[in-house]
Amino acid sequence: MVELVMNLFPARASMRPTGLRFGGFLSLCRRYLSVIVLLVLWQIGAQAGLIPTRLLASPIQILETAWSLTLDKTLPQNLLVSLGRAAAGLALGIGIGVVLALIAGLSRLGEDLVDAPMQMARTLPALALVPLFILWFGIGELPKILLVALGVKFPVYLNLYKGIRGIDPKLLELAKTLGLSRWKTIRDIVIPGALPDLLVGIRFAVGISWLMLVVAEQVNAESGIGHMMMDAEDFLRTDIILVGLAVYAVLGLLSDQLVRLAEGRLLVWRGRRLPNGGTR
Amino acid sequence: MAVASALRPDVDTAIADNAVSIRHFTRRFGESTVLRNLNLDIAPGEFVALLGHSGSGKSTLLRALAGLDPVDEGQIQRPKNVSVVFQEHRLLPWKSVRDNVTLGLDGKEWDQQAGTILQEVGLGHRTEAWPLTLSGGEAQRAALARALIREPQLLMLDEPFAALDALTRLRMQKLVLDLWKKHNCAVLLVTHDVDEALALADRALVLERGEIRTEVEIPMARPRRHADPAFEALRERLLGALGVSV
Repeated sequence: MVELVMNLFPARASMRPTGLRFGGFLSLCRRYLSVIVLLVLWQIGAQAGLIPTRLLASPIQILETAWSLTLDKTLPQNLLVSLGRAAAGLALGIGIGVVLALIAGLSRLGEDLVDAPMQMARTLPALALVPLFILWFGIGELPKILLVALGVKFPVYLNLYKGIRGIDPKLLELAKTLGLSRWKTIRDIVIPGALPDLLVGIRFAVGISWLMLVVAEQVNAESGIGHMMMDAEDFLRTDIILVGLAVYAVLGLLSDQLVRLAEGRLLVWRGRRLPNGGTR
Repeated sequence: MAVASALRPDVDTAIADNAVSIRHFTRRFGESTVLRNLNLDIAPGEFVALLGHSGSGKSTLLRALAGLDPVDEGQIQRPKNVSVVFQEHRLLPWKSVRDNVTLGLDGKEWDQQAGTILQEVGLGHRTEAWPLTLSGGEAQRAALARALIREPQLLMLDEPFAALDALTRLRMQKLVLDLWKKHNCAVLLVTHDVDEALALADRALVLERGEIRTEVEIPMARPRRHADPAFEALRERLLGALGVSV
């Protein structure tokens, strides 16, 4: 009985000492085992004719399609376009979010002017604005970038604002006794103190940027991963659609890793507590 | 010297010779009066200990002296350079020890000065460390360095060793004495610890219900030993004033 209970709650891989390299490798394998088994079953099912490949292409088929799309430059070109849009939208959205959060976080007047409309606007589903954006900005690059920026600015604003307001008042008191000017207080205490929250906001923002881009590129676009997938729908090419999905997934994972990496660099003062200590 | 609040003609002229002069200082929070008609002088280079229960108004007095709270009733005259060391070190975790010490001071020469001061407080080997990696005693040493680099005429210590273990506390007390002799600043030490006051200060004050009820001169030569029998009478007076019978 005891054994049974124990087995119901296996120790988490991250909790065990990782002294042995081999042990670490094994647990890594085990972590991806279920994914691999699933892929193999999928492949076998497709080959045995249990899964109609017209509706769902097999993993090997997807890999082949991805390779041929890479060779004829369809995939790289569309990928580049999507990346460009995401980057532009992210940069714009993060910029707007940071500026608004600074205004609201650093002055009472700014808080009254900025925070209320932001809190109201954030409850609006940003994707519901797609038709309006098409009417206003047409079907060029602008509405797509703006749509990404719109979705991105909220998590950045909310987290940074919370971070600024959450600065330890004792540190602000210290700044006063040291005679720090307002500008130096902001530069040396408020901004670095709120940086961990800003980075959490940016991590959410990166995730949202892909979400917004998928919709923007599928509604009206002549290029981009989303457009490539919509095109494929017309020709019943589920393999291309699945390649697009896989690309989005990989992009999402990579960009999240990138922000984590930046976190590690920028918050080096938090020392070893960082990797599992952060909250989302 | 900067005058924190305008002097009235009725204030005696001796005021200018002191590092700190407090005249008729009253502080109210709504209905309750925390400090009542308080007068206090601290001579330049004098070491004064301020004792009192929690809620006796010690912190209120210190905050007013530090310029954190406004002075509405009465006058407070204090030097231009005042430094405070709080009970918590209040180091910025995202700045190295050195950058914490030079916080708000621009210029390369300060970096060198910070190195010297950190050496003085016994942290010369940790100048580049992150504050989160320091022990409690080390962090408080860094806070002392940050206070002293500004060459204050008045150094205020707000129960700076209360959170430290007993051995570290003794070591820090000795360090404070050494630094005080070297920098020759007036010190106001807020503490709960009668023995700490007796070991360090020239004069001990007991604050009770917003007024200074007891004032004790401590003339013994330093370094003093906690076990010195000469302290016994003074200790009893101070403890008595604090409402503790021995």
